[in-house]
Amino acid sequence: MTLNQFLQNLPFFSIMIALISGVVCSVLPGKAARRVNAGVIITVMILSAITLGYTLQTGTYFVYTMGHYPAPWGNEIRAGVLEALTALMFSVVMLLSMMGGYHKLDEEVEQTKVNYYYVLVNLLLTSLLALIYTNDLFTAYVFVEINTIAACGLIMIRQIGRTIEAAVRYMIMNLLGSGLLLLGICMMYGITGHLLMSNIQESVAALAASGEYHVPLLVSIAFMCVGLAIKSALFPFHTWLPDAYGYSTISSAAILSSLVSKGYIFLLIKIIYRVVGFEVFQETHIVNVFFVFGLAGMIFGSLSAIRENDVRRMIAFSSIAQIGYIYMGIGLGTEVGMIAAVFHIFSHAVSKALVFISTIGLTDMSGYSRKFIRLTGAAYRNVIAGVGFTIASLSMVGVPLFAGFISKLLFAQACVSNEGKLLPTMIVLAVSTILNAIYYLKTVIRIYVPSGVKDEPRTVWGANRCYTAAIIGFVVLNFTLGIFSQPFVDLITEGLHMFA
Amino acid sequence: MGPNFAENYMAAVAMVLFGIGFFNLLLQKNLIKKIIGLNIMDTAVYLFLASMGYIEGRSAPIVTDGVTDVEAYINPIPAGLVLTGIVVSVSVSAVMLSLTIRLYRRYHTLNLDEITEIIKKGEEEK
Repeated sequence: MTLNQFLQNLPFFSIMIALISGVVCSVLPGKAARRVNAGVIITVMILSAITLGYTLQTGTYFVYTMGHYPAPWGNEIRAGVLEALTALMFSVVMLLSMMGGYHKLDEEVEQTKVNYYYVLVNLLLTSLLALIYTNDLFTAYVFVEINTIAACGLIMIRQIGRTIEAAVRYMIMNLLGSGLLLLGICMMYGITGHLLMSNIQESVAALAASGEYHVPLLVSIAFMCVGLAIKSALFPFHTWLPDAYGYSTISSAAILSSLVSKGYIFLLIKIIYRVVGFEVFQETHIVNVFFVFGLAGMIFGSLSAIRENDVRRMIAFSSIAQIGYIYMGIGLGTEVGMIAAVFHIFSHAVSKALVFISTIGLTDMSGYSRKFIRLTGAAYRNVIAGVGFTIASLSMVGVPLFAGFISKLLFAQACVSNEGKLLPTMIVLAVSTILNAIYYLKTVIRIYVPSGVKDEPRTVWGANRCYTAAIIGFVVLNFTLGIFSQPFVDLITEGLHMFA
Repeated sequence: MGPNFAENYMAAVAMVLFGIGFFNLLLQKNLIKKIIGLNIMDTAVYLFLASMGYIEGRSAPIVTDGVTDVEAYINPIPAGLVLTGIVVSVSVSAVMLSLTIRLYRRYHTLNLDEITEIIKKGEEEK
């Protein structure tokens, strides 16, 4: 076996390592499970980086056959630049989110159940990696369900009434979504006779050319798209989101908002490119539906966030607006729009996780209250969390130098390529930016207003090294995406070309 | 549409069942009824898959009497998909039921809206 053949095993290894360690963690004590979990995420990070290097060097994607059966029958993994890059980014964000929440986990989760938390996180990592790499539609469905169950566990592991109710609402909406996705996949199998994405694409292209089965094809695509849109909390289907993000333990909130919903969007982009084919998808009018709901989400999410008095729920509502941005990019129906959407997946993952992680430092120093007014002067009580929150807020608003600016710039450039959608996009982008600025900068000003109380308790510098390291890591990542964005955009462009 | 519809009546039944399950899961207030809706919805998809894979007059692809002609057998893949789907559906139902038990022990009701109200009242009193 040559080195090249060996390197093609790496995506499979990263999925299996995460899966097996999940099983192992269930019998380990909490501390050991934490070490195993961190080790696994770092290993996946390294393996993804090597895969990225390998695909860049060969300049093409590779297909890895699972088992011994060739294409139309067997199961496959397919890795290109975009898959490897996404796996790398997701594992980095996941590691930092976990590091930022270790101290809260010990407080909020029962001591005997801490190791189950790491089981769930490992399972979540497995399913995310499988969603990223798989080339088989039904495998994707199975891992979507595993992802849902693991995410539900992450919400309800903090045992208070609110989280259980949030978990039930989360499950209900997500099960509706996966039901539609499953039905769409089955219809697609019925009219094409294949489950592997590349085979389906050939059949769909032939069907679209001949005009045969036009309505079933359209219905099947619509079911898959709506199912994934529900699961990733696109605007009218977002009702489960604020409670789920607002009351779960902080690592869960960061991981759910920055990774889980993005995993579904990644699968959607994959279905658009590799199952339906970009040209066929453009001809259906689903792009316009995405576009309209994306725009509505951008405005509505921000308006709800402004009205909110609870800082955690405010950030959760802002996620709805950001998901709206991504769907708007997809809805533009052009390649540049798609590049902007993928870039926003990364920049939002980096910024939103940082917002959550730094908020917990601020609320903990404000008497564990999440009320907006109690945050007065919180940035002086916890300096590092204040700095983290400020940087993340500036990034979310879209100030130059930060990651959020680049995605807004890319969206603005992308909408020029679609004349019919130019005006609404520009207007909503501007309005949404102003709304973002209102509630984020309001919070930043609030935490830097001196509270007037003398001799307040302050966190000691370096008291919680993991937390500080996580915030510094996120800040560095944010600046990297914001200042050296061109290499990332090039990688995404190349990856999307490999997709098609 | 007539003959086509008669031929695919299984698919039509499956779609109607899917709709019933979908709206039960979405609109019912009682959690147990929601879970029943979920199971109807999943079962409808399995009916759809199974009817798609079956061809009248053929048998399951198990070679016993030496017949290897493709024409004698049905497609086994939909059956495999149904099995996988059933496993997924069972585990999801189990998670939902356990969550329901937790909520019931805490709030002594199965109505999701009532539970939300109780929680909100509890927070205002704080």
